[in-house]
Amino acid sequence: MRNLTGALLAGLLSTTFVSADPVDDKLVLNEETTLVTRTAAPAHLSGVLDEVMSGWLFRGTETRAMQTDDFDNPGMIFVDKGEDSWNAVEGTEGKSCASCHGGSEDMAGVRPVYPKFNEAAGEVRTLEMQVNDCRETQMGADKWKYTGGSMANMTALLASVSRGMPVNVAIDGPVQSTWDEGKELYYARTGQLELSCANCHEENFGNMIRADHLSQGQINGFPTYRLKNTKLNSVHARFKGCVRDTRAETYKPGSSEFVALELYVASRGNGLSVEGPSVRN
Amino acid sequence: MRILGIAVVVTGLTALTVYAEETAPTAVSFTDGAVVQSLTGVSGDPVKGREIVGSKKMGNCIACHEITDLADVPFHGEIGPMLDGAGDRWTEAELRGIVSNAKMMFEDSLMPSFYRTDGFLRPGNAYTGKAADDTFGPLLGAQQIEDVVAYLSTLKD
Repeated sequence: MRNLTGALLAGLLSTTFVSADPVDDKLVLNEETTLVTRTAAPAHLSGVLDEVMSGWLFRGTETRAMQTDDFDNPGMIFVDKGEDSWNAVEGTEGKSCASCHGGSEDMAGVRPVYPKFNEAAGEVRTLEMQVNDCRETQMGADKWKYTGGSMANMTALLASVSRGMPVNVAIDGPVQSTWDEGKELYYARTGQLELSCANCHEENFGNMIRADHLSQGQINGFPTYRLKNTKLNSVHARFKGCVRDTRAETYKPGSSEFVALELYVASRGNGLSVEGPSVRN
Repeated sequence: MRILGIAVVVTGLTALTVYAEETAPTAVSFTDGAVVQSLTGVSGDPVKGREIVGSKKMGNCIACHEITDLADVPFHGEIGPMLDGAGDRWTEAELRGIVSNAKMMFEDSLMPSFYRTDGFLRPGNAYTGKAADDTFGPLLGAQQIEDVVAYLSTLKD
């Protein structure tokens, strides 16, 4: 009987594979803000993709529902913790983030344009790099671990106040060489399995790889709360996991390679709404 | 035919009793993407091959391919072609070539090379994320390749 049930279950499962396309659904946040989860691809993807889609469209009904209401979104607990950090005085200068920046809601519009070029430093910076620079230079406080909890809470807070705004990273001017490097990494087939980001997320989004439904690998929803590990996951931690799964020697979170890859992948989602903290499986 | 059969059995027994004359991953000879010669001289076992194809810890072929014969193992991917009838579409030599290194036949194939040890970009130590060390070996052993080929040869329409 158990075998029969197993066979029936396998039968049911195999029939669901046929229609593994992204769902036709609208992401409305707290019954008031409609987020853009699919839109025309940015010009630099011409000939590659017509449309860019949020990973939200590739997840199951229950997972999607969790993200529509802040009371149901487990990631919002970490946004609250980020808010506490925002207002906490730390370091030798006796300042909090709020001392210079005001309320966290005043940071709306920051997340969508990162990574971006910092003129004074002459480098491309991720949001994490900028937060740590503020901590060290302005507050006289210790840096946070790049993919650690405090940092993820802060990036979740900064993403949350920009939800609904379109991702809009620059790809030209001073960032162009970094963007080019990121693009090269995106198409590089790494590891013993020789898989690039593009192999799965450009050529096969919508398809199943074993039990996983492949999305476009967009990062507009980061940091993302994953049901799999019940915590916030930063972009570089996710990149690392993906590269590891190609049986490769990974790059390090915060490395110049991952900064470049983040800029490039973010630019593939230009036009999608900032969703962080999103909910994924 | 019978003589050939006996010869194969004799070779197989010799290989088992002495040392398997395994072809090293770096010494596999491809002809138009196919590998004519057995990698071990020992006939593949289709029962073991079936297990390797379905197991996440071994070949995990169904991560990308659907196979009706393995419907008892849940979750088949849809990245690569369906493998029903593979034994009709390909000869044993072609299957051996595709499983060993599919890129010899299909240049841009997504399929990992299961019997190859060189030419990788940032090869790692399995799924640790760390660099490969001197334990680095092919994804499947020579006999496992033969077992998988034997199993795929049984998939007839």
